Amino acid sequence: MLCDNCKKNEACIHITQISGNNKIDKYLCEECAAQYGEFLTHPQAEVQPEVFSVNDFLSGLFHNTAGAKSAEETGKMPGDEEYACPSCGMTYMDFANSGKIGCSVCYKTFRNKLEPLLRRLHGSSKHTGKIPRRAGKTLNMQQELDVLRKQIQQCVDNEEYEKAAQLRDCIRRLEKEIKGE
Amino acid sequence: MLLQNIFTDDNVAWMDGNGPDSDIVLASRIRLARNFQDIPFPNRASAAQLTEVKTRIIDILDDIATLTNNNYICIDMEKLTDIQRRVLIEKHFISNKFVKHIECRSLILSTDSNIGIMINEEDHMRIQCMGSGLDINTLLKTAFLIDDAIEKKYDIAFDDSMGYLTSCPTNLGTGLRVSVLLHLPGLVMTNQIAKIVNISPQLGLAVRGMFGTNAPGNLFYISNQLSLGFNEKELVENLTRTVQEIAAHEHEARKAILSYNEDKMHDRSWRALGVLKYARSLSIRELLSLSSNVRIGIDEKIIDGIDPTVFNRLIVAGRANYLTNLQEKESISQRELDKKRADISRKIICDSSIGK
Repeated sequence: MLCDNCKKNEACIHITQISGNNKIDKYLCEECAAQYGEFLTHPQAEVQPEVFSVNDFLSGLFHNTAGAKSAEETGKMPGDEEYACPSCGMTYMDFANSGKIGCSVCYKTFRNKLEPLLRRLHGSSKHTGKIPRRAGKTLNMQQELDVLRKQIQQCVDNEEYEKAAQLRDCIRRLEKEIKGE
Repeated sequence: MLLQNIFTDDNVAWMDGNGPDSDIVLASRIRLARNFQDIPFPNRASAAQLTEVKTRIIDILDDIATLTNNNYICIDMEKLTDIQRRVLIEKHFISNKFVKHIECRSLILSTDSNIGIMINEEDHMRIQCMGSGLDINTLLKTAFLIDDAIEKKYDIAFDDSMGYLTSCPTNLGTGLRVSVLLHLPGLVMTNQIAKIVNISPQLGLAVRGMFGTNAPGNLFYISNQLSLGFNEKELVENLTRTVQEIAAHEHEARKAILSYNEDKMHDRSWRALGVLKYARSLSIRELLSLSSNVRIGIDEKIIDGIDPTVFNRLIVAGRANYLTNLQEKESISQRELDKKRADISRKIICDSSIGK
């Protein structure tokens, strides 16, 4: 049997912790048991051993989200849990277990499933910060388009039709480029 | 800076006591999380892919060196001893997570030790810039220089609405984390610190003690919690403004304590200095609390003739792994540790005394 905590070493110590009506059973390897003991006996230690990580916590949220969904949609999407990301081979269950995303494509692959969690973490916010010049090329062009469209409106208002025509050509060129991608 | 000195120096450049508001703000740090688009994140990547990540960054290191006007060394985690890795964690060059799996994990560090890139931590790249005092905008500019150099050559994982894509969904968006280390004895003594801790989440910020919830040494980190929905400038501005506000309240609290009970304050500072000067055994908690009292004494012109950075140095030199490594051992007993800690404190106090 492997250690409950690190899942690497053979478990050799069995800890039963009873508090109130709760009983926790843990099978740990020597190393993790030592850490666990330190945590219980020296809460003032200089460096607190990590009992659970952010990702463990998130994975709990993933699980809950998955549970709520599957109750509603039982039978609708059979084998959905097994659906793997075409790029890195990660499945939704892998997420639920590790709380970590596998690769950049996963965000697209599991977009629908991730949405509820992302909304909880970030609200319905949209990225407004720095944009990489290459990967965010389309976004950069779109922002440029917005600026040009505003300018063209201004030119029309000021009856500067020659300038407006130039801007219109620019906009058409950009629109073509975006479509071409 | 020689590689060996990283482990044995009792000061770190980004906490040298310079910079704006450095009486209260010891250090600022920013971090950008970045990933290559075409390689799985480190937790799903093969050894070959992790090596590829490292090679890509090494390839453009010359560009980064020219842009940032700095030289860099590459430290492979696999080549260090366990205790050396722990010293790097204590000095905040790397994170705890970074050494959980050490294969293909490397730290790129500038020779002035103010810029670091963790390769294959949770994300492919964690660009970190550190500086003394409260000067986040300068750090952000440097980090952007490095980020631009990387994205000029490679495609970075990015989504139009989610921003920079990261291994942990909490870092999505800007991938930016700004954090500042504050010394707040006045707010602690006047029991005001809880107010700051409680109001911070509403400002999208988190405040935590540097050494756990009890915050021995009255040292606190404050960092942004949101990374999506605000641009980098707004995030930095929000944190800077809040820190300036906290610093103003800290000054007021100190003034109040001094006018209310000047004698006690004087006694506390001088007494702490006495203990640090002559003690033969010190626990880390005792050291932090004493050196905090000495520092406030220096700041408030109670104690003279000692350089204020004595506090910064003691924070670095008093740490368990740093002291253990100095003995060139993998581990030493608690008693031995407390003794060495007292030895080094006496030496640092002596070194920092001016005009003797």
